Amino acid sequence: MSDMHFNSGHTACSGCGQSLGARLVLEAAGKNTIIANNTGCLEVFSTKYPQSSWGVPWIHSLFENAAAVASGIESALKYLGKKDSVNVIAQAGDGGTADIGLQALSGMLERGHDILYVCYDNEAYMNTGIQRSGLTPFDSNTTTSPPGSHSMGNIRPKKPMPEIALAHGIPYVATASVAFVKDLQRKVKKAISIKGPKYIQIHVPCPLGWRHQPNLTVPVSRAAIECGLYPIIEYEFGKLIAVQRIRQKPVEEYLKLQGRFKHLMKNPDEIKKIQDIADNNIEKYGLRLESQ
Amino acid sequence: MKQFFEGSHAVAETIRLCKPGVISAYPITPQTHIVEDLAKIVADGRLNSQFVNVESEHSAASVVLGGVAAGVRSYTATSSQGLLLMAEVIFNIAGMRLPLVLTCANRSVSAPINIWNDQQDSVSLRDAGWIQLYAENIQEAVDFHIIGYRIAEDKSMMLPVMVCMDGFILTHGIETVDMPTQEQVDKFLPPYKALYKLDVDDPVTLGALVDPESYMETRFAIHKTHEEALSLIPKIAADFSKSFGRTYNGLIEKYRLDDADRVIVAMGSVCGTIKDVIDELRSKGKKVGLLKVTSYRPFPAAAICDALKDVSKVAVLEKALSLGALMPLATEIKSAFFGRKKSPKVISSFVAGLGGRDITKQSVKDVFRLLTAKELDGEFIDLKPELLKENYE
Repeated sequence: MSDMHFNSGHTACSGCGQSLGARLVLEAAGKNTIIANNTGCLEVFSTKYPQSSWGVPWIHSLFENAAAVASGIESALKYLGKKDSVNVIAQAGDGGTADIGLQALSGMLERGHDILYVCYDNEAYMNTGIQRSGLTPFDSNTTTSPPGSHSMGNIRPKKPMPEIALAHGIPYVATASVAFVKDLQRKVKKAISIKGPKYIQIHVPCPLGWRHQPNLTVPVSRAAIECGLYPIIEYEFGKLIAVQRIRQKPVEEYLKLQGRFKHLMKNPDEIKKIQDIADNNIEKYGLRLESQ
Repeated sequence: MKQFFEGSHAVAETIRLCKPGVISAYPITPQTHIVEDLAKIVADGRLNSQFVNVESEHSAASVVLGGVAAGVRSYTATSSQGLLLMAEVIFNIAGMRLPLVLTCANRSVSAPINIWNDQQDSVSLRDAGWIQLYAENIQEAVDFHIIGYRIAEDKSMMLPVMVCMDGFILTHGIETVDMPTQEQVDKFLPPYKALYKLDVDDPVTLGALVDPESYMETRFAIHKTHEEALSLIPKIAADFSKSFGRTYNGLIEKYRLDDADRVIVAMGSVCGTIKDVIDELRSKGKKVGLLKVTSYRPFPAAAICDALKDVSKVAVLEKALSLGALMPLATEIKSAFFGRKKSPKVISSFVAGLGGRDITKQSVKDVFRLLTAKELDGEFIDLKPELLKENYE
């Protein structure tokens, strides 16, 4: 095992946003960290027996229970009197967080465990072959929300996971992106410095599922933020303390980079609906740069 | 010291003596008194433990999974639907070779919803890799938890143990119990030292993806460990007898078997009723006996065959069934005898007591009455035919 906490040599696809995100999170959290990981791409590509990318203690149990397993680990550390010197991170993809793992996550947040929960949001079930999740964006083409003569793709907007986490009254909630490394790592460090449950949701493009070139992972995520579709926000003790302000670009600039929105390109009515989602985000969180 | 104890209270006090550092549970009848008592024990500072109230049994099992993976002895309890909701985690805990102890307060399964006792819940999870011990009375329930931790945490085992106790009959029943002392338990059950754990000073990856190159060996290894448990469980039970003065075999118990020509095989609290009936019938000169199966997993096929090989007629009486098939315990006993030179002439199978219907002394006498030269497969005792009349017009 090298000095890295999350080592290369795993089997992630080229351009994988989640592997980049996981490396950045653990780099910021440091070696005194124990991770509980839900089932998903990250677990599969990083731990194919007998190899493992993880240089820190790491456990995977099931698809939906990382938050509960982490609760048990945190309780054990408290019992041993070691909690203050060890960070516990529970992590999952968007399906493992917003759908099948939501109950366990809610329990973990409500019980007040000193755990950082990280959701790597690549906006669909990528590990099983690009099926829609509760965090799949409106009109997105996935294998279970295909566009057709009776459908424009995914019928609902993203579930507001940061707000759901925030509603538990937890001390820290933030979103981040692999396109903004310093911001992401600052948030991880800040989160683990605060006692109690923390929730960070990271935008991690998936070239395979979103159908963009692997070398565009960072630009695609940046474009999502710059158009207002993925607000970068930070709440501490229930108050919105920071947002990433943007000079708003049209959503089309973001959509056109990806095959999952290709079916919308000649449909201005649908693009208008997505533009409305972005505009609402900008209003809601005050994302517009004041010079605009 | 012998005291009157409610079964749940006795189990909670026993768990206190076993000193788990993490306890997690979700309430379900008839398990509730156990975890309520433990919550109070922790609240009163009588046990140093993290008591984690969770939002479901799935999370209860996951929390204790995390606790023991971090190297701390852990405990949970459940029943019925709770055990079924845990099922995914139950398989996972055994697959990860994590030595937990769980109390199953046995209860029927829905639908229709019914909170009373039978053993369909734990029997349906027989293939999950857990060791399953069935208690006949509250004293056994107490002792099997202490024995259970010793078995689970033995370095040659590293497998979870489910202590099954009949809901209400044992959880809410009151009996005289010889409650062990802390000194006795400490001497018998040393602090848990994990073979592997989540430790920042010695990082390991637990729960990795295992492909066809290696998966089969992991299952084979659990199967092998169960075989080894067949010799380890009686050894630990004998060790227990030395320290606590109560004798168990750990796998089976023979009751008035020596010259018996008709024998009932059963698991759990019904064995007490059967023993009473046997005593009665013996006093009238009937050669009847009981073979109690304590360990359902590992299944002690050799010990059962040895105990029953000279018996002419065997009745397997179960509080569980396999819908659409032969009954589970009877099937295994029959298959254990297949191809053996000495075996009973008749092995008949009976189902009784589902959903909490009382198995009375008369029910047990009916089993003996029906145990004739004619072999029966899945004969229901105390069935009410009048409830089965249907009219779709």
